[in-house]
Amino acid sequence: MSAQKSILYPLVAVLVLILIPVIGVKLGLSYFFAVVVPYAAFITFFGGILCKVINWARSPVPFRITTTCGQEKSFDWVKHNKFDNPFTNRQVLVRMALEVLCFRSLFRNLKMEMREGPKLAYGSAKWLWLGALAFHWSFLVILLRHMRFFAQPVPGFVDVLQNVDGFFELGIPQLFLTDAVIVAALTYLFLRRVVVPQIRYISLPSDYFPLYVLFGLVLSGIGMRYFFRVDIVKVKELAMSLVTLKPAVPDGIGTLFYVHLFMLSVLFAYFPFSKLAHMAGVFLSPTRNLANNSRAKRHINPWNYPVKVHTYEEYEEEFREKMKEVGLPVEKE
Amino acid sequence: MADIPKPEELAKIDHTPPETPWMETPTVFRDGMWCYGAKPQNIEAVGMPNPREWSPKDEDWKLPDNWKEIVLDGMKDRLGKFRSFKLFMDICVRCGACADKCHYFIGSGDPKNMPVLRAELLRSLYRKNFTLGGKLFGKLAGGRDLTMDVFKELWYYMFQCSECRRCSVFCPYGIDTAEITMMGRELINLLGCNIDWIQAPVANCYRTGNHLGIQPHAYVSMIEFFCDEIEDVTGVRVNPTFNRKGAEILFITPSGDVFADPGTYTAMGYLMLFHYLESMGLDITWSTYASEGGNFGFFTSHEMAKRLNAKMYAEAKRLGVKWILGGECGHMWRVVHQYMDTFNGPADFLEEPVSPITGTKFENAKSTKMVHICEFTADLIRHNKLNLDPSRNDNLVVTFHDSCNPSRGMGFFEEPRYVIKNVCNNFYEMPSNTIREETFCCGSGAGLNAGENLELRMRGGLPRANAVKHVHEKHGVNMLACICAIDRAALPTLMEYWVPDVEVTGVHELVGNALILEGEKKRTTDLRGEPLPGMEDIEDEDL
Amino acid sequence: MTLRDLLIKRKDDIVKEWFDLVLEAYPDESKDFFRKQQNRFANPMGHNIREGISGLYDVIVDHGCDSEKAAPFLDQIIRIRAIQEFPPSVALAFVLEFKELVRREVSAGHEELSEEVNKLEQNLDKLALQAFDVYMGCRERIFELRVNELRNLMFGALERANLVSFPAEGEKEVKENKI
Repeated sequence: MSAQKSILYPLVAVLVLILIPVIGVKLGLSYFFAVVVPYAAFITFFGGILCKVINWARSPVPFRITTTCGQEKSFDWVKHNKFDNPFTNRQVLVRMALEVLCFRSLFRNLKMEMREGPKLAYGSAKWLWLGALAFHWSFLVILLRHMRFFAQPVPGFVDVLQNVDGFFELGIPQLFLTDAVIVAALTYLFLRRVVVPQIRYISLPSDYFPLYVLFGLVLSGIGMRYFFRVDIVKVKELAMSLVTLKPAVPDGIGTLFYVHLFMLSVLFAYFPFSKLAHMAGVFLSPTRNLANNSRAKRHINPWNYPVKVHTYEEYEEEFREKMKEVGLPVEKE
Repeated sequence: MADIPKPEELAKIDHTPPETPWMETPTVFRDGMWCYGAKPQNIEAVGMPNPREWSPKDEDWKLPDNWKEIVLDGMKDRLGKFRSFKLFMDICVRCGACADKCHYFIGSGDPKNMPVLRAELLRSLYRKNFTLGGKLFGKLAGGRDLTMDVFKELWYYMFQCSECRRCSVFCPYGIDTAEITMMGRELINLLGCNIDWIQAPVANCYRTGNHLGIQPHAYVSMIEFFCDEIEDVTGVRVNPTFNRKGAEILFITPSGDVFADPGTYTAMGYLMLFHYLESMGLDITWSTYASEGGNFGFFTSHEMAKRLNAKMYAEAKRLGVKWILGGECGHMWRVVHQYMDTFNGPADFLEEPVSPITGTKFENAKSTKMVHICEFTADLIRHNKLNLDPSRNDNLVVTFHDSCNPSRGMGFFEEPRYVIKNVCNNFYEMPSNTIREETFCCGSGAGLNAGENLELRMRGGLPRANAVKHVHEKHGVNMLACICAIDRAALPTLMEYWVPDVEVTGVHELVGNALILEGEKKRTTDLRGEPLPGMEDIEDEDL
Repeated sequence: MTLRDLLIKRKDDIVKEWFDLVLEAYPDESKDFFRKQQNRFANPMGHNIREGISGLYDVIVDHGCDSEKAAPFLDQIIRIRAIQEFPPSVALAFVLEFKELVRREVSAGHEELSEEVNKLEQNLDKLALQAFDVYMGCRERIFELRVNELRNLMFGALERANLVSFPAEGEKEVKENKI
């Protein structure tokens, strides 16, 4: 598949996906798109991720293959790098937290020195860390902000989050920082795939597809908030009815909302079957989530089986005379 | 002049590959980039499948008719046995963080040497055959069929990875290309398509106990030869023992130390250290049966690794020693540290290792019961047990190459440095993004140190050599120390090509030079027989 | 203005172009990396070729392609290219390509310098031949290392002691003295 096709095909697919709810709602299928699709998507998401994790977990971890990124635990007088080379499970927890919350490994790309030439010419590596971090965190914050639609009364932390996010108090309605950040981050992540030849070369349609879906999701959300207002009260009514499992679809929610909801559903349904499953997978990665203590504590391989070995007896049988010649002790004379 | 193409045009002829996507770019086997195929007798010797005469250059690789089935079944089997494999097939997001971390990519620019793409070679088969998306959408979902060309491509690139794990340091999910390459090689071995540079050592090791096929009497003679050399240099006779029952410690080192320069000088260093400690209570023996620390089985399959590794514990048990001391070796220590206890333990017939000289308990090795000689020596130095004269290494300006496996498979950084700094006066580090966990491979690891693939090795070793060249020019470094037998075999050639004034040494050769033995004569040369500057003068004055 | 003045003035641009020309021989996916990664240890090839080109430029401009002065820079570039599966026609083309770059500069309003250019081109031809020697030297080194490695590093020691035995075809018990 050529790069152009890899970029284009998923785009077409997502555009078609956007048209589906637009047409569907016009045809009077709003119940289907407001209730059936989201329920199905959420079931697929949770069921799928669960199956995926169970499937991964069913394969054992036969060997303790920690990737060590710092000094191991050694003598008392040697400084142990606890979090890049954990020895205990508690240290592993810190390592995992750094990995999951701060993208520690990606951050390593930052360490550069002795540059030459114009300084700005380098640095794609550190931008990747920043871009990835910006995207994931703003996505999380936005998701949590949406809790206000699903809970009555709105939980306190959501209000706090919203206030912090809207800190700059720009524009009406107030601009959320995360909205701007996520668009910028997505744009960056997309552009580097398209522009950097190495990355373009390794990218598959399945790398572009989720980016387009995310764009659709984010832009439709931003559109609703800042440009084409939808009836928030009705949206909340719908959301609450979905959460309380008494689905009821109020009339007159704008079409754009259906697009937003559909993109979310697509994303959630697609999640477990794609690379997006890395969200769950990262926690299971054996090079990161194991303590490097395999010499101190025996690791068990559940499928360990006996193998054919060349025994000392066979060895001595073959070489006995020669061994005796040079005075090597033998078992049998 | 008009009809002669301009040189600028000439240069462009066809060397920029056409803009075809990687799945559709056929792999051409370039000379100097691949190793010879395994010989039938070496496959037979360990009872592995499909022994036959073949060459990777042949059109027909003489595979069994159901070879596809064998590969796919093998894959399925391994997906069920290794979470690493299954997970790493699923979660790569192709962010590209690993792309420029591979020494083979950095040195060659071949895009299929980007770790992500190396893994995608296998991942595309996984998607096509084991995922719903791949089965339904094929190429659109990044899947592709297993064909002979695809298999050959896989072969070509699985043997262009030295399993150094540098990419795994930078991957946000810890995806380890070594795991993927190991699986790829296991599948390749199901069809008898190993390279002979790996298969021959495996066959030799199985039978004679070491990679080089050295028989017991020869092993002993070679070490006695070292004893003569040590006597020449120091005037002291050292007396190692072999296969001795009842010794307290069993010593195992890679056979490269016994039979390949400059590892031989490292072996002399071990011998001198043991002799020095004898009077202080060290009771140690060598073995001819377990005369290989390195494990080329590890580059073949987990099963083969286990079969060869078994000799260590078996011999320790037979001799009734208390614990095992291991020499300087890279992948040997990956296997010992991360696999041995799991493979062939529990070692309940051994005791928790305690240094007989200092009384230090090696707590971090209390289950596997095997200690690295650099740990052992560092502890001795720390307790002031060694009488050292580092000025005897003053002719050397040393830097330390962190070998991949002890670095990223153990985190073994400070111990060897501590030893070096105590036996040498001139030590300089290479730049920080080329050492410790970010160390660059020698370019010849994981069984790729053959002669026929020298171009591959020179390219893969370029980043390492480039960093050595830097300290050579800046600080006058003339000696590259390392703790790996493959390094000691491969780096001299690498240096000769890129930085001809730098030689290669093991850490314990430096120890041997500095160690003052009781009753020794005044040393005028180092262990290599090279005159020590300044030392001859003193002798002259004495006369 | 002499040709030398022109070349000194335009150095940065021409060197950059020349560097890009050398990279033309690599796949697009890696070219970008070789060009942009500025850390000399993360990108030894890009660094060495850039440095070599720049040094060579100065030798050409200031020392009339003096072979002794050019040698280290030619070596810096060609030592890398000699192990990258390029035939000499491609690996060494960069020397002759320089002519084209100079011609282009001169044709952009400095036609009066063409006499000097002819002289320069003669020197560049010599440089190209020297480059060929360097290339051959590197290739020979590779072959030499290949042979040496086997003999000296391993089998030298073994042969010396006459101690080897390999499992041979159709032979179960191997004669000790046979290598």
